[in-house]
Amino acid sequence: MIQAIAFYLFAAVVIASAAMTVSSRNPVHSVMWLILAFFNAAGLMVLVGAEFIAMLLVIVYVGAVAVLFLFVVMMLDIQVASVRAGFARYLPVGLALAVALAAEIIIAVGAWSAGGIELARRSAPIEAAVPNIQAIGALLYTRYLFLFEGAGLVLLTAMIGAIVLTHRERGGVRGQKISRQVARRPQDATRNVKPTVGQGVQL
Amino acid sequence: MIGLVHYLVVSAILFTMGVLGIFINRKNLIVILMAIELILLAVNLNLVAFSAYLNDMVGQVFAMFVLTVAAGEAAIGLAILVIYFRGRGTIAVDDVNRMKG
Repeated sequence: MIQAIAFYLFAAVVIASAAMTVSSRNPVHSVMWLILAFFNAAGLMVLVGAEFIAMLLVIVYVGAVAVLFLFVVMMLDIQVASVRAGFARYLPVGLALAVALAAEIIIAVGAWSAGGIELARRSAPIEAAVPNIQAIGALLYTRYLFLFEGAGLVLLTAMIGAIVLTHRERGGVRGQKISRQVARRPQDATRNVKPTVGQGVQL
Repeated sequence: MIGLVHYLVVSAILFTMGVLGIFINRKNLIVILMAIELILLAVNLNLVAFSAYLNDMVGQVFAMFVLTVAAGEAAIGLAILVIYFRGRGTIAVDDVNRMKG
């Protein structure tokens, strides 16, 4: 009973906040609604027992991706009025397409559930005794190790790509020259003088 | 336990919300990227629901890889957005075709 209440609550909030994300006037509000959608999707995933993915969603999506979106939205100076132009013009076609697409997918889901497909063999059956995180870890570091490292390479490529794309050389900046600093020797930088009395020193 | 079809319908609606977002926000590249994130979230929800109901762990592992690709895509997309805005002063998608070399 409480599971059903939680499911319908999470589902309603995730759909409502997704609608607000795409229709919000201000991009900052869009990011906030997106964060709410992620939290509620994480709740939906907890309900089916996928705790690890749910926590990953909260940490990676809310903690990294949404904050990155927020940074970019606040960094760029966007005129809200120009951004909203054409919203009403595309709305009817978009709504018609979205309704058609949703109807198609839901009809397909109905057809799928009417047939009832059973898997002949499970590649990694879920055991009730093993915690979710432990099961994922055991699978990820053994059978899917190379795929896991491939995911790491994807992230590395994305990081390097983002740096290469957004980095720019700025003129007139006095940066640090590490090699010159390291190559500096005391006999080049200092000299030993014997000042005569009453003459002062020359710097 | 809630039926699988409930989850599939929720993620179908979420997916179409993402598609609708791409359609109606033609002038706003940031919201289009957010709509793509919504689509990937719907896909993840589908994978996790099937994983739980077919009693197979692989769906959750695959959802993690989808999450990785989504994070990389967001980083690269926002980087392209930043250099696009820097050069043009707008984030409308309509004249992105001028971006070709």
